Amino acid sequence: MYRFTYHQPADLDEAVRIASSSEDGSYLAGGMTLIPTMKFRLASPSDLIDLSAVEALHGIADEGGRLRIGAATTHAEMAASALVTERLPALAGLAGRIGDPAVRNRGTIGGSIANADPAADYPAALLALDAEVITNRRTIAAADFFTGFFSTALDPGELVTAIRFAVPAQAAYQKAPNPASRFALAGVFVARHADGTRVAVTGAGQYATRYPAFEAALDAAFTPAAAAGVTVEEAGLMTDLHASAAYRAHLISVMAKRAVAAC
Amino acid sequence: MATDPSASIALRVNGKDVEGRAEARTLLVDFLRDTLRLTGTHIGCDTSQCGACVVHLDGVAVKSCTVLAVQAAGREVRTIEGLAATDGSLHPMQEAFRQHHGLQCGFCTPGMVMTAIELAQSAEPLTPERVREGLEGNICRCTGYHNIVQAVLAGAAAMRQ
Repeated sequence: MYRFTYHQPADLDEAVRIASSSEDGSYLAGGMTLIPTMKFRLASPSDLIDLSAVEALHGIADEGGRLRIGAATTHAEMAASALVTERLPALAGLAGRIGDPAVRNRGTIGGSIANADPAADYPAALLALDAEVITNRRTIAAADFFTGFFSTALDPGELVTAIRFAVPAQAAYQKAPNPASRFALAGVFVARHADGTRVAVTGAGQYATRYPAFEAALDAAFTPAAAAGVTVEEAGLMTDLHASAAYRAHLISVMAKRAVAAC
Repeated sequence: MATDPSASIALRVNGKDVEGRAEARTLLVDFLRDTLRLTGTHIGCDTSQCGACVVHLDGVAVKSCTVLAVQAAGREVRTIEGLAATDGSLHPMQEAFRQHHGLQCGFCTPGMVMTAIELAQSAEPLTPERVREGLEGNICRCTGYHNIVQAVLAGAAAMRQ
């Protein structure tokens, strides 16, 4: 790991100020991706701005029917939260199956979505649950947030402070995990809102996206068979050492069917 | 703010206040092993996957290869060396690993035991399936998982007594 300067700001303003004055600073949340990446020298920020002391990034609250999750909420906290388990059990269940226990104890939702790994689980939940990403500057709709392979709409120095989720009538998430890393080879989040079904897929393409063909089919008939009847195109899906595009297309179909059955 | 080169870090390890110098980029596992000479915590991989380095940071299991030493400043760390009683009698989880032969070469054992203790402290009762899920982040390359699962179940039962 290359040298860097470590900072531990006490509040949000200080964190943002340090980021804007640093040469090539990076925020440090749980560090479950950033620290391994720095160990491999694939990232070499000039400054690390450790967010662990910033109280404003914590907390889970019911905000008039929507759930507000602080960006520093760990996957373990999300999985164990009584409020999330009661209102959005699909989201709590998703968090409880990320990585392994020690990773869930450190990794955060804000860090995960800012990193935007194409195989991360949370992006599918944000898209299907009409989430809003709240930053220190603005509110970004989830649909506008994920913009490409490890890419988001965040500007340099912009910091995710919370995520606000809509609470649908029914929701479920199913994934085929990579057996070593537990990242999704294909993960499908299905949510049945008052105004229609949202289906979002992660792990299979360059970044998480909604699948309108599934949504139309499920709005017509919300059944596993309807999901299974949708043809998933291989075009645009990833082929790597873990799975071919054809296999991922098949997994999307199976996971969609299972997610509908689990609703 | 800590800047490179090294700065002094004070923390509590296994019930004792300790202090040592570390660069900002020093990993907690290297600080424990090289500076504090607590070599029971192992490094088995470079990719945060093997779990040989698991310690408890403020009571929570973490991979110490993926935490900076400076992030543990002012906090409490418990390592495998901090489990046995002062008279040398083993922690119930260590004793269960001994009784059930939950190790072959022993390299993964410190991380297995630290993860198992956190798992045993969860409110839900443990089943073999839950133990296997809970050990997802700990790899035994001797593949001696069967006895490890038996040991964790027995150790968890002993911890509840």
